[in-house]
Parts: sequence; structure tokens; C-alpha cells
Amino acid sequence: MISANLSALFYLVSGVLFILALRGLSSPETSRQGNFFGILGMSIAVVVTFLSIGNFSTGFIYVLIFILIGGSIGALIAYRIPMTAMPELVAGFHSLVGLAAVFVAISAFLNPVAFNLGVPGNIKLGSLIEMSIGAAVGAITFSGSIIAFLKLQGIMSGSPITFKGQHLLNAIILTLILILIYFLCSSQSSKLFWILLAVSFLIGFLLIIPIGGADMPVVISMLNSYSGWAAAGIGFTLENTALIITGALVGSSGAILSYIMCKGMNRSFFNVILGGWGATDDASSKSTKEQRPVKSGNADDAAFLMKNASSVIIVPGYGMAVAQAQHALREMVDTLKKNDIKVSYAIHPVAGRMPGHMNVLLAEANVPYDEVFELEDINNDFANADVAFVIGANDVTNPVAKTDPQSPIYGMPVLDVEKCKSVLFVKRSLSPGYAGIDNDLFYKENTLMLFADAKKMTEDITKNL
Amino acid sequence: MEIDPLIFRLSIFILSIFVGYYVVWSVTPSLHTPLMSVTNAISSVIIVGAIIAGLSGNSESIFNTSSIFGFLAIALAAINIFGGFLVTQRMLAMYKKKKKDK
Repeated sequence: MISANLSALFYLVSGVLFILALRGLSSPETSRQGNFFGILGMSIAVVVTFLSIGNFSTGFIYVLIFILIGGSIGALIAYRIPMTAMPELVAGFHSLVGLAAVFVAISAFLNPVAFNLGVPGNIKLGSLIEMSIGAAVGAITFSGSIIAFLKLQGIMSGSPITFKGQHLLNAIILTLILILIYFLCSSQSSKLFWILLAVSFLIGFLLIIPIGGADMPVVISMLNSYSGWAAAGIGFTLENTALIITGALVGSSGAILSYIMCKGMNRSFFNVILGGWGATDDASSKSTKEQRPVKSGNADDAAFLMKNASSVIIVPGYGMAVAQAQHALREMVDTLKKNDIKVSYAIHPVAGRMPGHMNVLLAEANVPYDEVFELEDINNDFANADVAFVIGANDVTNPVAKTDPQSPIYGMPVLDVEKCKSVLFVKRSLSPGYAGIDNDLFYKENTLMLFADAKKMTEDITKNL
Repeated sequence: MEIDPLIFRLSIFILSIFVGYYVVWSVTPSLHTPLMSVTNAISSVIIVGAIIAGLSGNSESIFNTSSIFGFLAIALAAINIFGGFLVTQRMLAMYKKKKKDK
């Protein structure tokens, strides 16, 4: 058994290693080393916990068994999961962090002696407050992530579920949670503790159902942040620095990602969270849509255009992930490069269903990361490029965001695709994107629509090159 | 008067938020997905609480209501730790630079 002071120092070390793990992600070269620091920090924390308890009886064996069970499930998932399913996986993992926080809080509430927090019915006030906050945030993270997971998996419809008085109901429940925590802390009643958990599960569910599928990047980032705050809450209860540091890191990380995602859509955080965007105008815009002429072409035309280009910019979006077209796309690009055509990729911050989703898919297809550019780094290059190849993206290329103040996406940063000499737009139909609005780009003089499945079209173009 | 240890923990917490703020802004946008999976893995350091909870039973009864919740939390956190770090490693291994010999 090691002293409490020594173990506290070791927890500090693992906290610092976690900081280094995130620091490593500032560039792909240092990132693998960063991940190693993370693993090291985690191992130190676990070993120190064992040593500080110093109880190597049968209970210890069971702990190892449960770690082994969980670990093999986790490892299996990590190796099996296709890269296109990363958003679902991350949402699922968030729900587990949330639930684990809830379980630890329950355990501490039932047996406070083991955690040095007092006796049942008379838990130290400070600990009880921290514990109930950790439990409530954990429960919200859990049920919210479950809904996000179901929406991303397509088990639940991605369209927002709204009803009258929704915001009022949510506000009442959130107030109720605060009142419950207050009375729980003054009465120490276990009944109130369970009610608090139930209500927190409910609000997590209610908060996420009105948010639509394409807003998932914000939701996932937000739940990421919540899982951090839940961990920090439990960290205060357990007086554990590793947990407090990690909770703060993860909490701020998720918050920053949510901010970046919201900025990418030019919407306020509350606007996204309150949800329901594009749910109703979708139907109306379809019925009032006038028929405008579009130019459509086939793989042969597209191949001709690209063969005569000297530079091509690829704009991938969620549709590429759905069609699993990233490998076919890379093959097409390889052929282009053989013909001495310069190719780069342009990624919009909210392309895909989670932050950085497109980058991972392109990396999976062996696209070198120094050919992939963020919006602000590449937007000026469209004017000098010959061909823009839009595959699976829509709203993020809509010039309306710059020209029409009436448009719901006005002010959203968009890729200046229309400045290219010609635009190839791979899409299955003319249907509007998530925002429920028509894309002006379809009807431009220099746009050629390629109506087909993204993967099939890319393969056909490669054949024709 | 002595300072409550809570204040020290609060200081660590607040300073870590600032550290997190600056560190995360320096993360390159192309690695935002690995960032999420790795933060997922490290937030499962909550396993230290789960282990304490799991070992809270005495030698006669290893499984009581409190420790069962602890054991369940251990399994959940372990899924996340192994899953999170391994999937991050798998993703990071795919990020490659352009080959020079082309």
C-alpha cells in the first residue's frame, strides 16, 4: 500500500500525460506519440489505484476479470468498426462514459464509507453536491448519446422531433433537477437520489430528439464536453486530480469543437440546441420550386473535362461516406495525377457527421494528408482551378449563403466552388440538402450535374480517363 | 485560518480548463475525429473510481449492491479505454504524408 500523498503525485503525473496526449494531436507526426502518452497515463492511474487500495484479495481478481471483459469488447469493436461508422462509435462511447459516471456515483452514494465520504444518510455536504452533479450530468450524457447513436445509425429518423411546449417542458425539467439536488443535499434521502437520476435520463433524451441529423457534429461535440464535466464532477467527489484534470480537458475540448462546428454553420449554439431547423420548410420549398434548366452529363463528359484540366479540386461531403466512395475517389485521383493534373481536396468544417470525419475517410483511402486542405486555406484557389469535383456535399457549396440575406444559410462560410472554370456535381437527384433549400450552383452555366451513385460514377469516370 | 482542500482542487480544475482550451485550439482540424476518440478514452480514467467502488466489499461479501455497480462501471470504462485508444491508434496510423519518390 502506498501513501495517499504518493498516489496523489502519480495521479498528477497521469493528468500531465493526458495533456501531452492532446498536445500530440497538433500534427499527424506527433500524434502517435501522443496516443502513447495517453495509454501510459491511463496505465499509471489504474496501477496506482490498485496499490493505494492494497487489497489483493478475491475482489482484486474480479476487478481484473471485469477489465478483461470490457477490454476485449472494446478492442474487438476498435478493430472491427468501419471508418464510416466513427460518429456512431464515438456517440456510443460517450454514452458509456456517462453511464460509468452514474454507476460510480450510485456506488459512492450507497457506500460512502469506502470512498471516505461519511456514512450513509450523513454524507459530507460538499461530496454530496459534487456527486449529484456528476451523476446528473452523467445521466444526461448517457441518454443523450443513446439518442445521437440511434439517429446516426439510422435506427431512429434523423429528422427533428418537435412538439408544442417542448422548450418550456425542458426548462421546467432542468429547473426541477436543480431543485432536486438542493433537497437531496439537505435531506440525504435516497429516494430523491433515484428520482434525480430518472429525471436526468429523461432530460438527456428530450434535449437531443429535436436536433436534426446534419447537426450531429455539434451534438457529438457537446456530448463529448458533457462526458468531461461528468468525469470532473466525480473527480471532485473522489478527490482525484487525474479525474479533475481529465474532466476539465475533455470538457473544454468538446466545448471548443462545438463552437467550431457552430461557426462552420454560422449558427449560434442555442439555435442548434433548440433544434428543429429545416424540419418544416423542407416540404414547402419542394412544392413551390420552379423548374429551372440544369445541364446534366455522364461519366464520359466528366472524364473529358478533367483530362483537359490542369488542376482539380475535390469537395467531399457526407454523401461520399454514405456511398463508401472514398477508395474509388482515390483511384480516380491517382489516374488524374498520372496525367500530370494537380489535385487537392477541400474540406468544409461541418462536412460529414462529426468534426474531422472527411479527413479520416480520406486518410483511410490512403490520401496523403498534405493534399487535404481546410476551407480558409483553399478557398482562394477555386478561382484558379479548372474543375471542382463535388462529391456528396451540397449546402456547403451553395453560393446563396453569400448572396441572399433571406436564405436560412446566409452568412454560413461556404466553399467558393462556383468560381471554378467548371463544376462537376455528383448527386443522385436535384433534391435539396439538409437545410431544405435549393442549391444555386446546380443551375450555373458552368455546372455539369452527374446524376448517379457517388461510388459508381467515380469508378465510371476512372474507366473513361 | 486553513484553506479548504476543495479550493486547491478547484484551482487545479480551473487551470486545467485553461490548459485544455489552449491545447485543443492547437489541434489541427484534420485530427478532430481522433481528438474526440482519444478524449473519450482518457475521460474513462473514471475507472479509478469504479475500482475503488468494486473493491469496497469486505472479504465475506465481495458482491454487494454498491460493489456490483462498481464492477459494472469497471467493465464500461474498460470498453472505452481499450476501444478508444485502439481506434485512435488505428486512425492515426492511416495519416500519411505524400511519398517523395513520385
